[in-house]
Amino acid sequence: MTAFASGLDGPRLLADSIAGKFPDSHGRFGPFGGRYVPETLIPALERLEHGVREHLHARDFQAAFTRELKTWVGRPTALTFAGRLSERWGAKVYLKREDLAHTGAHKINNAIGQALLAKRIGAKRIVAETGAGQHGVASAAACARLGLPCTVYMGAVDMERQAPNVGRMRLLGAEVVPVTTGDRTLRAAIDESLRAWVSDPLDTYYLIGSAVGPHPYPYLVRELQAVIGREARAQMIEATGALPDAVMACVGGGSNSIGAFHAFVPDAAVEIIGIEAGGRGAGLGDNSATLSFGRPGVLHGSFSMLLQDEDGQIQETHSVSAGLDYPGVGPEHSLLHAAGRVEYQAVTDAEALDALKACSESEGILPAIESSHALFGASRWAAANKGRTILVCLSGRGDKDMPTLQSTLLAAEGK
Amino acid sequence: MSGRDTISAAIRSAVAQGEPALVAFMTAGYPGREKFREHLQAVAAGADVVEIGVPFTDPMADGVTIQRSSHAALAQGVSLRWIFSELEAMQRVEAPLLLMSYLNPLLAFGIARLADTAARAGVSGFIVPDLPLDESAELQAALDARQIALVQMVTPVTKPERMQQLCAGSQGFVYAVTMTGTTGKNVAVPAEVIGYLDRVRELAAVPVCAGFGIRSREQVELLKGHVDGVVVGSALVEVLERGENATEWLRQLRTPRVTARAR
Repeated sequence: MTAFASGLDGPRLLADSIAGKFPDSHGRFGPFGGRYVPETLIPALERLEHGVREHLHARDFQAAFTRELKTWVGRPTALTFAGRLSERWGAKVYLKREDLAHTGAHKINNAIGQALLAKRIGAKRIVAETGAGQHGVASAAACARLGLPCTVYMGAVDMERQAPNVGRMRLLGAEVVPVTTGDRTLRAAIDESLRAWVSDPLDTYYLIGSAVGPHPYPYLVRELQAVIGREARAQMIEATGALPDAVMACVGGGSNSIGAFHAFVPDAAVEIIGIEAGGRGAGLGDNSATLSFGRPGVLHGSFSMLLQDEDGQIQETHSVSAGLDYPGVGPEHSLLHAAGRVEYQAVTDAEALDALKACSESEGILPAIESSHALFGASRWAAANKGRTILVCLSGRGDKDMPTLQSTLLAAEGK
Repeated sequence: MSGRDTISAAIRSAVAQGEPALVAFMTAGYPGREKFREHLQAVAAGADVVEIGVPFTDPMADGVTIQRSSHAALAQGVSLRWIFSELEAMQRVEAPLLLMSYLNPLLAFGIARLADTAARAGVSGFIVPDLPLDESAELQAALDARQIALVQMVTPVTKPERMQQLCAGSQGFVYAVTMTGTTGKNVAVPAEVIGYLDRVRELAAVPVCAGFGIRSREQVELLKGHVDGVVVGSALVEVLERGENATEWLRQLRTPRVTARAR
C-alpha cells in the first residue's frame, strides 16, 4: 500500500478502470479504497456488500429506483444551453441541471437509492452526516418517503452557515444533532456518524453522502450517481450531435463529479476536469483541495488522498462552501488522478463567488456555491478554448447559501 | 523473550497470582506533555501492561474522554516521533508497552522504519483500531520482523468464523471489546457478555483481555475467571486528568475487598 508512491502505471490503471475491474475483490480502485474500520463495523459492511451484490443491479431494485427517480426526484434533469454565459466566456457552455432535482441537488439520487437498499437489507433506522445540509435534506426526504427514522449529524459551524437546511430537515421529520467536537464541519459530522453506527451496527444503516468511506460505499454511491453522466452524455449528443470537448464538476468528497464523469471516462477525446475548493489559497489549512495539495493516507475508512501534516494528522480545511469543506476525497478520484485521466484544479472562494454572480445574472440560475467552483473552472477553460463545448455539472441550487451570500456578495454590494 | 511474548507473559503472571491482569491505557502527553514520563511510570507501577495512546485528530472508535485527551495532546505538539524519543530517553518501565494508534499516523511515520524504531524504544506491541485483519498484512509483516505483537480485536457482533481467524491471528493478547460502541461508556456485564468472553477464551491461544467501558472493581470482579485481563482506558485518563494517583487507582481495581467475613 505504502509502496504505491514508487510509481503507478497510469495507462494500465486507466485500462483496468474502463474495463470495470475496480473496485476489485478487496474493494480497491488500484491502490486506493479498501476498508479501514473498527472491527465492530465489519459485519455491517459485509452485510451491505452482500446487499449491494444481491440487489443493486437486480431488476426489481432497479425498477423501484428508476420509478422514484422519475416520479419523485424529477429525472431526467434538464440540460440547459447557457447562451449568455457562452457569449460572455467564449465557449459553448451546457449545464446539467442537478439543481432541478427534488430537494435541490444531486444528493437525492444517492439518498433515495441507499434508503431503498437499507430497507431491503433490514435496517431499522438511518443515520447520515451532512456538510452543506443538502445530503441531510435529501436523506430526511428519502427516509420520510420510505417511512424510516432518520438522524442527521451536522457540524455546528455548518448549522449556522446553512441554517435554512436545518429547518428543512426538521420539517421532513429528521432529528438534527449538532456536532460540537473536532472541526465542527463535515469531517467531524462523519466521525460522529461513524460513532453512532459503531454503537448499533446491525439495526442502523449509515447513509453516507459522498463517494467516500469504506468499501462498498464509494462504489455504491458512484453507481447511484452515475445517472447524471449517463443522462448528460445522451442529452449532449441529442442537443449538439456530438460529445462535449470537456466535462467539469466540483469535487469535495466527489459524488456529483464521479456521477458526472463516470460515463465519460472511456471517451478519450473528452477532457475531464474536477474542480476543488481552493479556499483562500495554497497554504495548509487555507483550502480543501485534496488532490491538488494532499498526500495518500487513511481517513474515514479508505486509503485515498488526504490533507494532512507530516505526522499524519488531518488538517483543518477551509472553503466558503460547506459542501466542499472536507480534507479527503473519494478513492476513485484518487485513482483517476493517479491514472492521469482527470485533471484536478483549484478555484478560490472569491473566484467561485464571481462565477455564482455571473451565472445568476446571465442565466437566471442561482447555483450553489459548490457548483459555482465548477462554473469558474468552466470560464477559465473557455478562455483557453474559444468556440469549443463544455458540459458543467450544476450540482445544486444556491438558495441554501443565502446566509453566506448575505455576508459576502450582497454585503460587498451594500444590498 | 521477544517483545510480543513479554506481553502474554506479563498477563499470565498476573493470572497465576489469582487476579486478572490490568492493561492500562493513557493518552501520551495528557494531561501535560512535560509529565509524560512521570505519568507513564505511575501507570506502569499499577498495571501489568501499558497501552500508550498515540493521539489522532479523528479518533472514530473513541468516546468523549479520549477525543478530549487526544485533541489536547495534539494541541501540545504530541506526535508519534515525540513519543518514541521520550521512550528512548527515559528509563525503561517493567510493564510491557504497547502503542495504540489509528493507522494514519503510522503510515505517515513510515511502516518500513516503524518496527525498528518501536523496538529501540522498547515497544512490544501495537493496537490499531481502524486496521482490520484483512488490511493488516503489510504492518503485520513489518512488525513480525522485530517480533512485535499486532493485537486483534473481537466484538460481540463478530461472526464465529471470523472470530476464529481473529483469535488465531492475534498476538500478545486478544482484545475482546465488551460492547458495540465507542470507548468510555460504563458497561454492565450481563450474562451474554460473559458467554461471549468465554467463547473468545476457548478460541484464543493467547490471553484474552476485555475492554471498552471498564471503570470499576465491581466490573473486574464480574469478569474474573472469564478473561485473563481487563483494559481500562477512559476511566484512567480521567483519573490522570483530575490529578489523582494513578498507581493507587489501578491497584484498588483488583485488591480483594476486605469483608467482615474475611476477617
